[in-house]
Amino acid sequence: MSQYGLLIDYEYCTGCHSCEVSCKNEKKLAHGVYGIKLSEIGPFEITPGNWEWNYIPSPTKLCDLCADRIEKGEKPACVLHCLGLAMDYGPVEELAKKMAAKGKKMVMFVP
Amino acid sequence: MDKDWKIQQPDGTLTVRTCGWSPPGDHPVGCGMKLHIKDGRLVKVEGDPEHPISQGRLCVRCLTLPEYVHHPQRIIYPMKRVGKKGEDKWQRISWDEAMDIICDKIRYFTDNYGAESIVVFGGTGREACLYYYPLAFSSIGTPNCCYPLSGWSCYGPRCSITDYILGAGYPEIDFAGYYPDRYDNPNYKLPEYVVIWGKNPLMSNPDGFYGHSIIDMMKRGTKIICVDPRIHWLGTRAEHVLQLRPGSDTALALGLLNVIINEDLYDHDFVENWTYGFEELKERVQEYPPEKVAEITWVPKEQIIEVARIIGTAKPCPIQWGLAVDENPNGVQLGHAILALIAITGNLDVPGGITIGPPAALMGKWRMETRSQLPDELWAKRIGAEEWPALSTAMATTHPDETLDTLETGKPYKLRMGWFNSSNFISATCSAQPDRWYRALQSLEFNVVQDTFMTPTAMAFADIFLPLPTFAEHDGVVLTHFGRNAIFMGAMNKAFEVGECKSDIEVCIELGKRLHPEHWPWDTAEEFFDDQLKPEFGFDFNDLREKGVFQPSYEYKKYEKGLLRFDGEPGFNTVTGMVELCSTLFEAWGEDPLPYYKEPHYSPYSTPELFKEYPFILTTGARTFTSFHSEHRQVPSLREITPDPIVEINPEAAEKLGIKDGDWVYLENMFGKCKQKAKLTKTIDSKVVHASHGWWYPEKPAEEPSLFGVWESNINTLIPHKHIGKLGFGAPFKSLICKVYKAED
Ligand code: SF4
Ligand code: SF4
Repeated sequence: MSQYGLLIDYEYCTGCHSCEVSCKNEKKLAHGVYGIKLSEIGPFEITPGNWEWNYIPSPTKLCDLCADRIEKGEKPACVLHCLGLAMDYGPVEELAKKMAAKGKKMVMFVP
Repeated sequence: MDKDWKIQQPDGTLTVRTCGWSPPGDHPVGCGMKLHIKDGRLVKVEGDPEHPISQGRLCVRCLTLPEYVHHPQRIIYPMKRVGKKGEDKWQRISWDEAMDIICDKIRYFTDNYGAESIVVFGGTGREACLYYYPLAFSSIGTPNCCYPLSGWSCYGPRCSITDYILGAGYPEIDFAGYYPDRYDNPNYKLPEYVVIWGKNPLMSNPDGFYGHSIIDMMKRGTKIICVDPRIHWLGTRAEHVLQLRPGSDTALALGLLNVIINEDLYDHDFVENWTYGFEELKERVQEYPPEKVAEITWVPKEQIIEVARIIGTAKPCPIQWGLAVDENPNGVQLGHAILALIAITGNLDVPGGITIGPPAALMGKWRMETRSQLPDELWAKRIGAEEWPALSTAMATTHPDETLDTLETGKPYKLRMGWFNSSNFISATCSAQPDRWYRALQSLEFNVVQDTFMTPTAMAFADIFLPLPTFAEHDGVVLTHFGRNAIFMGAMNKAFEVGECKSDIEVCIELGKRLHPEHWPWDTAEEFFDDQLKPEFGFDFNDLREKGVFQPSYEYKKYEKGLLRFDGEPGFNTVTGMVELCSTLFEAWGEDPLPYYKEPHYSPYSTPELFKEYPFILTTGARTFTSFHSEHRQVPSLREITPDPIVEINPEAAEKLGIKDGDWVYLENMFGKCKQKAKLTKTIDSKVVHASHGWWYPEKPAEEPSLFGVWESNINTLIPHKHIGKLGFGAPFKSLICKVYKAED
């Protein structure tokens, strides 16, 4: 059986926090406890007009890849609600292919 | 979408599909979601993957709706004030008692002082925008309905300009929202570039435009150009950011026109057949060569030329204009110049360009038409209508600045009763100098407030508080752009009840039936919606519930087909029948018929001496994901993400002032002062600061003088009253000056 993971396209993660909040709802997590948490890198200017500013959400050990939802045939809560449509769920081999095909600003998590 | 919009789950949970609007606020974006109700409580909100626009996506404001709906501070019963104004003393009453008290007062003021002594204030964006006009005209019978923001500086100016220049409803970029198959529709063309001017649609979801559609388009290949004094996140993904000096936008637009016209990059066919006044515009833009515009705007000359060439040659290349057009006394000229750019480059009413709707439709039309229920002599008493014809022709409201003057002076007559619907405008939202409004509003003898929470405005003024239901608790129809460009329509479904709340339309009907039954034939909201929908589409409200969403489709190049003018002739519904690059109406109202640049009232160039004392240009009002203007501050999960009001300062400028990241600082100018938390960032110029609006502190003392700390971080106290454009539109919320210093207290 394949290992499953979460793929983040951080070219298009807009930092909306929907993954964070929808995961909290799904997992009924207390204030200050996260199944996935957003971090911010930048903004800083590399050369004039060329900026780096990325948001990347990282799942924690509370993430079970939404096993219950998957069982019901639904997407993980974070993937469904992601405003940037910047998250994907699937077998790591498939996600790796998607990473390679896009070729930039992709990260995969196997929580 | 599935016909079943209400599903009883085996575990007892009720799942109701709906399209969101308000309260809590946003614009009529109509995102699709599923509300899960268990034991009378909203337990979870999820995105609806079947919704053609939002496709399952949902922002944090809706994801945290249960925290808002069941918040311990929410007011869910009608309340009567039993203490003095400003004291937190209330008594729960029934709707009947509330209505009796209100109707007695309305009859008293009407009989003794005329209905015009009553003024209805409305807020921005919420569903109330459709209903506070009929509430005034049709239920109460007053001509005075007021959106209190100085210069009507939100959306109204853009709509009015479009009405005068194009004779149409709101010009929105084509994001294929009209089609169930969206971007794959064969009639659709993906924009090569989108220019985003003074706007951050990802956070604001403006007036029905689903903001993240920008991301959808970028993934398919659309490139972005931003015009903004701040480099926001989208700017870092843009091909160009024209990082202009706040308030200099009109000069930039004229400079772009200069290059496009002089380099012959415009659409000759469109210009010759469908525009009026091109030669005059051509002559005018000669006054704005790129080198001069670069000096005015601080945008490099080469970049102005390069971007102008892109706008002139990319096909399609729509421009999405933002609030920066409205919050500018020179904004009418800016809007005019942007429409000229769109028109002469052949981007109007074409696939992937700018779509235009009718000037009004459905409830958006009905709300305006209810004014004809008032006798002419009463309608003529509308405050500021005679003095400001360009505003009062397109907007059915009073002139906002004149309304403050009337409150202060009692001229031309004294206002005695206020009704505040979904507006908390003594917080830094829709008013300039809210402290002055606060003092002036003390003269009202009796006030009604409709809202969901006890806001600073309600605490200060309400005699009667009428609780509004959230969108999860009432029926409604979501109409993008309030009907001025109905890209789609969605059913908002009541899933359950909290306390005893009544929606805007329910209150309009109930009050109307008591005071003016001849105007209110409907017994329920559903009957009203049936009547709105059936004549136009042949289906009723229940059919819309079953459809979930209705997308009417879109006809391009309507001007060629005689679909824009009331007489059915080809062309545009303007005085000349053309896109008016030179405006006949502006001229008739004593304004220059062509766009021109005017320096802000206060700036390093117009007031150099003052600028020494107040050495920063102050711009305000950028949006966040976590709030809609002054709303949502009491929602714990959202406050955790955005705990404080932030002022952005360039690190170099901050260092000279000894300000570190996270320090509390004062912002002060000739008009006022407030406190915000410094965030140091190089995304803003060292001579510019950006401050947050809409802040109050639900956790601070409710009573006067605190009023939930409404004056502490109130940036609008720094914005002057009545510094507006010649036609009555536009105030300098985005181009003031101030000083900044570290707060030692
Ligand atoms: S997959 Fe589920 S559990 Fe994991 S981060 Fe996303 S929402 Fe949370
Ligand atoms: S939901 Fe998507 S776009 Fe929003 S912060 Fe998370 S990954 Fe980024």
